[in-house]
Amino acid sequence: MATKDKNSWDPEIVVFACNWCSYAGADTAGVSRIQHQPHFRMIRVMCSGRIQPAFVLRAFERGADGVLVSGCHIGECHYIFGNERAIEQFEKTMSIVKMLGIEEQRLRLEWISSAEGARFAEVINEFTEQIRELGPSPFGRKRSPAKAGKGVAG
Amino acid sequence: MQQLAARTNAWACYDCGKCTSTCPIVRAGATYSPRRHVLAANLGEPASSIVHDGLYVCLTCRQCDARCPVEVDYTGLILGLRQSAYDETTQPECPHGGALQSTMRLMANGGTQQDRLGWLKEDLQTDPKKGRVFYWTGCTMYYDAFFTDFDVHTLDGTRAAIKLLNALGETPIVSPEERCCGHDLLWIGDRKGFESLAKHNVDLVAKSGAEVLVTSCAECLRTWRIDYQPLIPDDFPEILHISEFLADQTEKLDLSENKQTRATYQDPCRLGRHLGVYDQPRELLEAVPGVELVEMPRSGVRAICCAGSTWSNCDRFAKKIQVERLREARDTGADVLVTACPKCQIHLKCAMNDPNIGEEISIEMRDAAELVAEALDKRDSK
Repeated sequence: MATKDKNSWDPEIVVFACNWCSYAGADTAGVSRIQHQPHFRMIRVMCSGRIQPAFVLRAFERGADGVLVSGCHIGECHYIFGNERAIEQFEKTMSIVKMLGIEEQRLRLEWISSAEGARFAEVINEFTEQIRELGPSPFGRKRSPAKAGKGVAG
Repeated sequence: MQQLAARTNAWACYDCGKCTSTCPIVRAGATYSPRRHVLAANLGEPASSIVHDGLYVCLTCRQCDARCPVEVDYTGLILGLRQSAYDETTQPECPHGGALQSTMRLMANGGTQQDRLGWLKEDLQTDPKKGRVFYWTGCTMYYDAFFTDFDVHTLDGTRAAIKLLNALGETPIVSPEERCCGHDLLWIGDRKGFESLAKHNVDLVAKSGAEVLVTSCAECLRTWRIDYQPLIPDDFPEILHISEFLADQTEKLDLSENKQTRATYQDPCRLGRHLGVYDQPRELLEAVPGVELVEMPRSGVRAICCAGSTWSNCDRFAKKIQVERLREARDTGADVLVTACPKCQIHLKCAMNDPNIGEEISIEMRDAAELVAEALDKRDSK
């Protein structure tokens, strides 16, 4: 967890990964014993097309220092065109993130296939390094004013 | 709960049921009853008992309050109940996955420099800090960025309003430091998020030294005039809707006919029943040469709202209300449906997206200021 010493600060990154490619890619990195930075929490979704602006914005609201959205390479989506939908959603999200004044480097979209364990590790290392350079998110140091509420229906 | 019942006059209820029979959601077929909630409040039942009985179904459009013979403030009751439910950690399932609420909370948190003025064009004269008029843009830039799927152009109304202010010789303040007014957080019960936004905004406007605060958004206006009241210092600028600001100055604008347009006007619930502003937007439209104003059967205090004011409810009943409203607008024979709140535009446009009946109910939608600003263009090109 975060400590006061800036040099030893570790970011908190949220990684959204699709079930069929990126999540399996992370798995491949694991079974291949590829070492990579561990400062992220992974959220598996069935398809990257599911990752709507609300997910990413909620992550930032709850204090994430960076958010990585990942899915199958274009043309390889398990649901044929889900990742094309993901691009639309991502662009929309990015424009709102920029408008809010969050550095755009804190949000990234990457395609990682299930075979690309090494690439997964590489992306994670590079993104973690990038977030480390940016420092903590302005929303990360204190908790957001919203308290964690139970939704009525979800 | 007793205090809330007293404050909203719920105790005066004599169980006549006019609220339930007039409620647009009920008329659309929902199992919902404002009367039951008023009775529950009078019996002192906790807010949490109403959560599953439609606490977030209410559109807060004030249709029932307008009809109530004993002036029960049902909308105020719902606001109070939502606040206590929120304190018991219950929130509605927000439409759009809660993206808009997250945006507001990120703004409430602050700590970043928003990049919210990218839409300002060179021909618009504004000042980030000083001026007689403070123009409150609201969140139209966020809406346009978010609702890309169905061609929403709420920023056009914002630009038109600034253009009109410029035509009157004003260089309004348009501040990059502005934050969401917090209307929607307040109406889902998030008092804390609302207050941090309110404090920032009141402070921002008070320090600007402006004499008038003008906005194009009916919700921002309601929030400024009613909900910010306890925070507002004595020498605070006057708070006006753009239509109120312009209505008595139309002669100075020297408007000329651009094209013949039949327009019908959708009263936003916040502007109409919440604040009693019915006439000024109409006067403004009638002042534009070539614009013929035709009224829908249900207009003014009886106007049906867009069924989505607080981003806390969107369901098949809301959709039904919107479709009905659009049919009504089409039946007037109008070319354009004019409104004075960006959210009316967003929600009615969303309904027009219906793949089956979209064609039947589609109608051009514009902000009142856009029509007026167009009549300026003609003058410039002469």
